Amino acid sequence: MCSGSLKALMAACAMGALLGACQREERDQRPSPVASETREQVALTTNSAGPSPPEIRVSGKGAKYEASAYDQSQGKKYYAWFNCNGCHSNGGGGSGPPLMDDRWIYGGSIENIVQTIREGRPNGMPSFRGKIPDEQIWQIAAYVRSMSGNTSSDSAPQRNDSMHPHPSESRTPPSPPVNGGTVAPSPSR
Amino acid sequence: MRLARLSALLISVALAGPVFAQSPTVTPPLSAAPKDDGQWTMPAKNFANTRYSELNEINLSNVANLRPEFTFSLGVNRGQESPAVMAGNTLYMVSPYPNTLYALDLTKPGAPMKWRYDPKPEQASQGVACCDVVNRGPTVADGKVFMSTLDGSIIAVDAEKGTMIWRTKIADINMGETVTMAPFVAKGKVFVGNSGGEYGVRGWIQALDANTGKPVWKAFSTGPDKEVLIGPDFKPFYDADKGKDLGISTWPPDAWKHGGGTVWGWVAYDPDLNLLYNGVGNPGPWNSAQRPGDNKWTNSVFARDIDTGQARWAYQATPHDLFDWDGINESILLDITWKGQPRKVLVRPERNGHLYVIDRATGEVLSAEAYAYTNTTTGVDLKTGRLQRVGDKEPSVGKVLRDVCPTAPGAKDWNPSSFSSSTGLLYIPHNNLCMDWESQETNYIAGTPFVGAEVRMKPGPGGHMGEVTAWNILEGKPAWVIKERFPVWSGALSTAGDLVFYGDMEGWFKAVNAKTGEVVWQFKTGSGIIGQPTTYRGPDGRQYVAILSGVGGWSGAIVSGDLDPRDGTAALGFVNAMRDLKNATTAGGMLYVFRLP
Ligand code: HEC
Repeated sequence: MCSGSLKALMAACAMGALLGACQREERDQRPSPVASETREQVALTTNSAGPSPPEIRVSGKGAKYEASAYDQSQGKKYYAWFNCNGCHSNGGGGSGPPLMDDRWIYGGSIENIVQTIREGRPNGMPSFRGKIPDEQIWQIAAYVRSMSGNTSSDSAPQRNDSMHPHPSESRTPPSPPVNGGTVAPSPSR
Repeated sequence: MRLARLSALLISVALAGPVFAQSPTVTPPLSAAPKDDGQWTMPAKNFANTRYSELNEINLSNVANLRPEFTFSLGVNRGQESPAVMAGNTLYMVSPYPNTLYALDLTKPGAPMKWRYDPKPEQASQGVACCDVVNRGPTVADGKVFMSTLDGSIIAVDAEKGTMIWRTKIADINMGETVTMAPFVAKGKVFVGNSGGEYGVRGWIQALDANTGKPVWKAFSTGPDKEVLIGPDFKPFYDADKGKDLGISTWPPDAWKHGGGTVWGWVAYDPDLNLLYNGVGNPGPWNSAQRPGDNKWTNSVFARDIDTGQARWAYQATPHDLFDWDGINESILLDITWKGQPRKVLVRPERNGHLYVIDRATGEVLSAEAYAYTNTTTGVDLKTGRLQRVGDKEPSVGKVLRDVCPTAPGAKDWNPSSFSSSTGLLYIPHNNLCMDWESQETNYIAGTPFVGAEVRMKPGPGGHMGEVTAWNILEGKPAWVIKERFPVWSGALSTAGDLVFYGDMEGWFKAVNAKTGEVVWQFKTGSGIIGQPTTYRGPDGRQYVAILSGVGGWSGAIVSGDLDPRDGTAALGFVNAMRDLKNATTAGGMLYVFRLP
């Protein structure tokens, strides 16, 4: 793209950088403190008592994180800082289930994932309540969504800082969440 | 037909020296490996860890007729690493989490369930199990069955009635501790250690009273001498292992507190010397840049007074571990003639790829030959005991180091070898893998992984990932080698019928000619095999061979945990090598017991 003389190249690239700068995403300068937590009313199942599906009332703030390259790249950094990768690897799973596939035990919406991180889950997912600030939980959750291609490809992370485990999140084909991940056996009673 | 074809594919006999000659100069000590009574009461068969049976009803001449006699589903489709242990007229085994202990009645047709015991471990323990939720089996002694649970309880159960006698909690999952090893029972005590080397735990082994479950002694693997149980009796052979509080001074300040050194493998006991031998696991984190120093006493072997736990000697096989080379593999106790002198030795196939022959009274290394392909070390300096590293195979943070062999699971992982008294050979089931490795800075957060490395494993030279090597201990070289498509993650069993049994990860349970490595019988079980084969004489006087089928463990986590093959770093990098396993087998959990018609 930036072909031609060196001058032209520099000018074009500088222009590109400027334009990029003009279109910077908006971000909150002062994220919410550790103690506060968003409360989204989500369900863990698709059926409910009565003929209609479960009532879900979400604030909609998840959409902002799913569209933001900044939040997802922050989320990618925190994903390693808080040792998520130790149990889930780069999305393929380990002692925890894969996060890059389309199957979800506890729901694949960003609100579900925020809850999973905060509350923990019974078969070995630790609760991070009080350990990760609310804002960062959302950022991590948005990054987790990007692993299965469920954020916009122009906001999903495009490169790895480390060993190349698989094509970047921005190139991962979207796989919409399907309920029914692998649930570990529970002790007989 | 099929059998012949397969054998042709898999067998490669490395011709090396006289293969069969009885080796009267290598024998296990009688006190640790008493005469066979037809039972199999502990996973390793005896205190010497030989996994050799004197039964010979099933032998080279008739093994082709071997057929399944009964099966039993353990009800859990995760990695089955437990042996079927036999005592009296009962067969015992422990399932992976939730660690159900089953007792089968061998006096009745089809071996129906006699009782089951459900210890109900904490559900959350599954998250802190690094490499599938495995259990390495029960041990029977003095009318009790001893077992461990993933969440860190040791339990004694009445062998007849199946009722709990005592239960002692010894590990804390909130600190990343679990227990996967089989309790080792000797001299009225139960010996167990913790798992969690990938979770920043501080490793230890402890002794509980077999009658009450009360702690008798506890020895940490890192920290001050007082807590490692190093005192005036401690006389290591090499200078590198001498000095005060090396468990602190060979670490950066306080790093030993989360430095690993877990004890999750095999223990041996020499009644004549009154010494207990235990190996110690890897240091944490894997990122070696975060822990300059030798990191004692990780990747070491200890000889301890069995009554007090006081260390007699220790030897660190892999100082300042770079690649997760736990020292928890089995020590096989043998008496040999070495350079004309009788020597009491222990033989250890280490993860670092060397077969150590160590004087078990003094800790002197007599030899350490490579039994698997390695490009990271060149051997051991026998004067200093020091592992000799290849200079450019050292990781640094943020740089991908390519083609490191052996890998993190080592030339051989937990799956135990077998020493045959009839051939004098050691049968080592192991890996042929290499890897790319990148170290990364990592934070210690209790109860979460403390690893700091991205890994991608791949097949080693030749393209196959597993090997079974028959090793001539005195000559320090293989008699034959079988190549397997996948890592060999099952243990080995050898018998006086000149047979060696093991299973592959596709599900074939095999008997091979102990002298040549030729496959003489095989049976396809329902799932990949990563268990420990055993054999026993049933109440009817007949010989039986037992194996659990059910793929999983670290190598098989891609199937048992249904991991995503697109991420090569999944399961700590094993998925990169094991992508095809999902097309070769599915999860399972079934006991198979074989007999001649
Ligand atoms: C100690 C290991 C461990 C750590 C650390 C860990 N997880 Fe988990 N995670 C698990 C396990 C085990 C499960 C499955 C829980 C269950 O089935 O009840 C799980 C489940 C999940 C799920 C739900 C998957 C589904 O199918 O519904 C998500 C999302 C998740 N983890 C994200 C994370 C994130 C993000 C982090 C870091 C903040 C993290 N995990 C840290 C072990 C871990």
